[in-house]
Amino acid sequence: MKGRIHSIETFGAVDGPGIRTVFFMQGCPARCLYCHNPDSWKTDGGKDIEIEEIVHWAVRGIPYYGNKGGVTFSGGEPLMQGEFLIQAMEALKKEGIESALDISGTYVDEFTHDALAACDLVLLDIKHPDPERFEIITGRNQDTLFEVIDMMNELEKPCWIRHVVVPDINDTDEDIEALNHFIERIHNIQKVELLGYHTMAVNKYGKLGITYRLKGVPPMGGEKLQHLRSLVKLPADAVSRVSIETK
Amino acid sequence: MRKEWEGFVPGRWTEQIDVEEFITLNYHPYDGDDSFLAGPTARTTECSNRVKELLVEERKAGGTLKVDASRIMRINAFEPGYIIPGKDVIVGLQTDEPLKRGICPFGGIKMVREEVAEYGEKLPEEIDRMFDYITTHNDGVFKAYSKEMKQVRHLGYITGLPDAYGRGRIIGDYRRAALYGIDYLIEEKEKDHELIASRHVMNEENIRTSEEVFNEIKALKNIKKMAESYGYDISGPAKDVKEAIQWTYFAYLAGIKEENGAAMSVGRTSTFIDIYAERDLANGVYTEEQIQEFVDDYILKLRVARHLRTNEYNELFGGDPMWITEGIGGMGLDGRHKVTKNSYRVLQTLYNLGPAPEPNLTVLWSKDLPEPFKRFCAQVSIDTDSIQYENDDKMRPAYGEDYSIACCVSAIQMGQQMQFFGARCNLAKILLLGLNGGIDERTGEHVGPQMEPVGDGPIDYEDAWNRFNIYLEWLCELYVNIMNIIHFMHDKYDFESSQMAFLNSEVKRLMAFGVAGFSVAADSLSAIKYAKVYPIRDENGVIVDYRTEGEFPKYGNDDDRVDEIAVKISERTIEELRKHPTYRNAVHTLSVLTITSNVMYGKKTGNTPDGRRAGTPFAPGANPMHERDSHGAVASLNSVSKIDWDTCQDGVSNTFSITPEALGKEREERKDTLVNLLNGYFNRGAHHLNVNVLNRSLLEDAYENPEKYPSLTVRVSGYAVRFNALSKNHQKEVIARTFHQSI
Repeated sequence: MKGRIHSIETFGAVDGPGIRTVFFMQGCPARCLYCHNPDSWKTDGGKDIEIEEIVHWAVRGIPYYGNKGGVTFSGGEPLMQGEFLIQAMEALKKEGIESALDISGTYVDEFTHDALAACDLVLLDIKHPDPERFEIITGRNQDTLFEVIDMMNELEKPCWIRHVVVPDINDTDEDIEALNHFIERIHNIQKVELLGYHTMAVNKYGKLGITYRLKGVPPMGGEKLQHLRSLVKLPADAVSRVSIETK
Repeated sequence: MRKEWEGFVPGRWTEQIDVEEFITLNYHPYDGDDSFLAGPTARTTECSNRVKELLVEERKAGGTLKVDASRIMRINAFEPGYIIPGKDVIVGLQTDEPLKRGICPFGGIKMVREEVAEYGEKLPEEIDRMFDYITTHNDGVFKAYSKEMKQVRHLGYITGLPDAYGRGRIIGDYRRAALYGIDYLIEEKEKDHELIASRHVMNEENIRTSEEVFNEIKALKNIKKMAESYGYDISGPAKDVKEAIQWTYFAYLAGIKEENGAAMSVGRTSTFIDIYAERDLANGVYTEEQIQEFVDDYILKLRVARHLRTNEYNELFGGDPMWITEGIGGMGLDGRHKVTKNSYRVLQTLYNLGPAPEPNLTVLWSKDLPEPFKRFCAQVSIDTDSIQYENDDKMRPAYGEDYSIACCVSAIQMGQQMQFFGARCNLAKILLLGLNGGIDERTGEHVGPQMEPVGDGPIDYEDAWNRFNIYLEWLCELYVNIMNIIHFMHDKYDFESSQMAFLNSEVKRLMAFGVAGFSVAADSLSAIKYAKVYPIRDENGVIVDYRTEGEFPKYGNDDDRVDEIAVKISERTIEELRKHPTYRNAVHTLSVLTITSNVMYGKKTGNTPDGRRAGTPFAPGANPMHERDSHGAVASLNSVSKIDWDTCQDGVSNTFSITPEALGKEREERKDTLVNLLNGYFNRGAHHLNVNVLNRSLLEDAYENPEKYPSLTVRVSGYAVRFNALSKNHQKEVIARTFHQSI
């Protein structure tokens, strides 16, 4: 079976634990304001990739994985290719390679449950706890997010919460408290990562002829981000297992 | 046992010179972390600040602070010098003032005349006239060169030959001075001399060696005198850690006083010194803080070592390097690692004294090094960009456990081997010459075997590969012969007696060849094989450019289609070199290493089939071409790791730049990532990695505002430099390199 891929990054150290081979899958239903891979939106973009190629690249990374690394499927929204992911992750498992799914909660279909079951870790990007603002940011409603969370809870799937903080959109103390409250419903959180909004992808929009809607919004300052990070609270049952990302 | 050796485990080393055995029997592997380390003392900070001021003055003066051409650099040419008189705890400078440079004319008086003139000095008449009667190494070489040798040199097929100055790359086992004292070394050399001079057949080799050993004895006596001028009697062994450092340093200092060789490694001293440190700590002779202070001052001395160079030389080897390489860590043959507290102390100098390019601190990496040490090294890389890594698991089986690194990446067995080094041949230019059938693409000169150039294309891969091999074969023969001449003449006219005095009298020799334009040659052949390449000719029919249609795999993406071409190129080169006998039966070795000469090589090379424009710098060493490694760091490292070190035993250099953000979000995470990256790369069998953890924007700012970054250090190619000591062209090339980053 063929998948559709945007690009491969053989050295990813910021998309899950350890060094990871990251497959950026092509196609995304969301249109996030600050998306840094707008060229991965269209499902007919990118190029075909076979399961064997996925395994080939991942195996080449094995010496670097140490005891934590592996593969991350990012995107785009990888769950749009759930059937392909299931097969790819099974093939990787045979090589002893663990997989993480970096997802946005904006897409669910009949393969989603099995794809979540097949992965070892979910990186769940929560765009915003508030339904209205979620829709402003992504162009989608939160229904799929709740469906995904239900499935993850049912599977007791370990997960990292990721949350991009954008100046004036979700950078107040109250925003983080709302996030804290929101993630209480998720069972197996190991880490919460607040990621600062940056402007490195703006040029891509120009090249693609897409209007960049956050024009003029400055990158998220480090000091403020640090403060917001100090406000993050893991759900009570998670605290005993792991620590909050501190820096 | 001598009194100075009390407390040491005795062995064969007490009866004969055997530093390696002494270390094995007496060192204490350290498994702990960096928490024991001491910061700088007030005295250290005072001396370090003085050096920092001098470095600013040196930079303001255009890179060279002071030149003293009044006398020839000999071991005792200058009165003692100090960084701050009365404050130095480890003493000794090359001249009587820090950063003052002297002249070493025996490698070549011509270059000295140029150097002196460039700095507005004048050579005293008596020295100038002396060389009407003295033949230098440089004179000798040019008397023996053929026309064709001069032609390949001048056209840039072989560049960077040490035929006008000292050859360098010799590492005396300076630890011998500390362990045995000079008198014992003299006694042993006298025995050797008598043995060699009394042989039944006094052939050329025996006569030469006999004279050499005599000169070594003379040098040892002069080194004793030098030490006396600083108030030390080094005729006997060192009795404590301070003396062990001092004796070792005096021995090294003599070499860099007399010789301006391009690369003057100090060897592998840290674990040796630790044996003394441990004994002194146990006996309460010195505290940790005092020992760190000695180490700091030793390293500070190495940081102010300088040689006088011409502008032309600096254009080739940018950043004023000395390659004072020190090997740290590694494993013993008995399975114990050789990391000691002193391995940490030497790295700690990068905090106590601030980041710096010299000495060229080189971690000998093994999968079995203790985890806390690996993490500390990663931290030092992230914080200072001042250290490099080489694969001990690769080198140890070939060179034993007591080897050290000459220049950037080349292993040499301590005490038993020396190296005849020289230059690189330009692989990209060889390919172009082959396609042109023996016409130089830049000048139209005919050189090498003559044949029909390739037709109008697309160029057939088999044809191109055959042509490449024909010209490689021709150039390798010439290259070996040139090297033979250079080293014959260097031995004859500029023998390094003060360095050779610390090696066995009859050493084994390596002859280290090199290649440049490695990735350009591989990518160009890949273009010919996988895309369609059409030659473009000028009005004289010389191919001056190429039109390349279609895509082709590029070295640096873990793609076997092109990586196999790269591997084959390295294998073919060493095969060709090995066909030709070497001077003094040296063993042929090969490096894929360019220093900063990749800029100069690129300047001398026309348009290439991979799309590179004429004059554009090559990638350094074995690096993929700038920005062509587009699949991320692991793919890039994997490509380089395919170059088999067994065919390139002089080293396969890879310089790697990554942004801190790409290594991870937190400091601890970044250390882990770097450790895993190094583990992965070296487990693949790769040989060398220079690690820079920085952002391109920082270098761009330093390019525009050098005064803001007086101590910004970057690894360039097997060594590190202060960024603002590089020429603007070299700076631009470093900025243009691939920076692995995350978005």
